[in-house]
Amino acid sequence: MIALGIIFVFLAASLLLGLRARRGRDMDLEQWSVGGRGFGTIFVFLLLAGEIYTTFTFLGASGWAYGKGAPAYYILCYASLAYVLSYWLLPAVWRYAKQHRLISQSDFFVAKFESPLLGALVALVGVIAMVPYLVLQLKGLGIIVSVSSDGKIPSHWAIVIGTVALTVYVTISGIHGSAWTAVMKDVAILAVVLILGIYLPIHYFGGFEDMFQAVDKAHPDFITLPTSGMSTSWFSSTVLLSALGFYMWPHTFSASYSAQNERVFRRNAIFMPLYQLILLFVFFAGFAAILVVPGLKGADADLSLLRITTATFPSWFVGIVGGAGLLTALVPGSLLLMTSATCLAKNVYRLARPQTTDRQVTRLAQWLVPALALVSLYFTFNGGDSIVSLLLMGYALVTQLFPALLASLSARRFVTLAGRSGHRRRCGHGRRRHPLRCHGRQSDAGSFRRPSRT
Amino acid sequence: MKPIHLLGAIPFLGILGGIFFVNRVTPYVLGMPFILFWLVLWVVLISATMAVIYRLDPANREEDAA
Repeated sequence: MIALGIIFVFLAASLLLGLRARRGRDMDLEQWSVGGRGFGTIFVFLLLAGEIYTTFTFLGASGWAYGKGAPAYYILCYASLAYVLSYWLLPAVWRYAKQHRLISQSDFFVAKFESPLLGALVALVGVIAMVPYLVLQLKGLGIIVSVSSDGKIPSHWAIVIGTVALTVYVTISGIHGSAWTAVMKDVAILAVVLILGIYLPIHYFGGFEDMFQAVDKAHPDFITLPTSGMSTSWFSSTVLLSALGFYMWPHTFSASYSAQNERVFRRNAIFMPLYQLILLFVFFAGFAAILVVPGLKGADADLSLLRITTATFPSWFVGIVGGAGLLTALVPGSLLLMTSATCLAKNVYRLARPQTTDRQVTRLAQWLVPALALVSLYFTFNGGDSIVSLLLMGYALVTQLFPALLASLSARRFVTLAGRSGHRRRCGHGRRRHPLRCHGRQSDAGSFRRPSRT
Repeated sequence: MKPIHLLGAIPFLGILGGIFFVNRVTPYVLGMPFILFWLVLWVVLISATMAVIYRLDPANREEDAA
C-alpha cells in the first residue's frame, strides 16, 4: 500500500511540474515543439542524454545482463560514440534549423532537398516508427507499476492513467513539460540505479569482484562475449551502426533544435558519455539478479531488476523504484507524442492544405496529441507481435535518413547537385546502403523488442 | 581531415577495434571483468577526449569573442 501511494505521488508531481512548465509563455508552434530555441546546457542535456534512460533501458539493460550477459555491454558503448559524432553533427543541424526556423525533422529534409513531398514522406515514416516505440514505453510502464505495486494496480490501469497524465501535460505545455519532468526523472532514476547497483552486489556477494566471480563460476563464459553469435564482431558492428543511427529518431533530432546555441552541444559531448556510466549500475543489478532470483527465462529476464528489488527492499523503496520507472516512460513518451503530432500537422496536413495558418497548425498539433495517444493505447492493448515487426521496420526506415543527412551536411553537397533532376536519385542514395544499415538496426532494435514480449 | 577529427576517431578505434583483444575475464580491475573495465575506461576516455577537443577547437573561441 505504501508503494502504491508513493507511485501516485510521483505521478501527481510529474503532472504538476509538466503543467507549471507552461507558465508565462505564449504557445506558438516554435515554443510548443522546440521551446523557442531557448534551452541551455542542462535542459538539452536532460532531453538528449536523458532520453537513453527509457523504460527499456531500465528493464532491458538489466534484462540483457541477466539473460545474455556480456552482449549487454554494447548498450554502454554505442551512445557514447554517438556523442562523439554529436560534437560535429548537432551544431551543423542546429545552425541550419535556426536559420530556416525549422520545427520538425521532416522540415530539415524539406529545406535541404527543396522537396515538401520528401518531407511528408519522412514525417509519415517517422510517425510509423514512433507509434510502436511509444507502445513499448507504455507496456513497460504497465509492467513496472503493476510489479512494484505488488499487482494492486493492474497493468492496463497503470497504462491508462499514465497515458492520460502524459497527454494532458504534452498538449498544454509541449516540450517545456517534457523538459521539466525530465529533471525529476533523471534525479529519481539516478538515485534508484546507484542505490540498486551498489547495494545489491555488496549485500548479496560482498563486493563487485566477488559478484562477478560467483557469476563466472556458476555460468562460465557468461561475462565475456561468446565466440559465435553475439561475438566480438557482432559487438563491433552493432555498436558502430547504432552509434550512426542514434540521432536519426525524429524526436531526438528535433529535440536538438531546442538548444540556445551551438556550444550547448559541444559542451554536452563532454558530459554525456560520463552519464552513460549509470548504465553500469543497471548491469550490476542485472548480474546480481542472476544468482539471487534465478530461473527467469526468455522475455521474463526483463523482470529481473524488479524481482530482485521486491525480494530485497521494503515496500516504500519499491514504491520509489516504481515511481522512477513510471517517469522513465513518461518523458520519452511525451517527446514521441509531441514530435509525431508536430510532424503530422506541419509536414503532412499543411502539404495537403497549404492555406492553413500557423495558428491552425499549432492547434491541430495540440489536438493530435490525444488522438495519437488513443491510437497508441489501442495498439498497446490489442497489438501483439505485429507491433514488433512494425518497430523493426520503422527503425530500419528511420536509419535510412543517415546517409541523406550526411550528404546534405557535407561541404561538397554532392547529393544536392547530382540530384537536382528529381528526387529519384536522392532516394537511390539512401537505398544503396540499405542492406548494411538494415542489418545493424535490426540487431539494435532487438534491445527494444525483447522487453515488449513480457 | 583536421587533427581534431583524428582525435575524435581514437575512441572508435579503442572500442570497435579494441574489443577484439580484450574479450577476457581476468585480470579484474576495479571489481570488473577486464572486458567491462576496458569499455568503461573508454567511455571515460571519450569524455576526456571531447574535453581536449573542446579546448582545441577554434569554433569555441570565436563564440567567446562574439
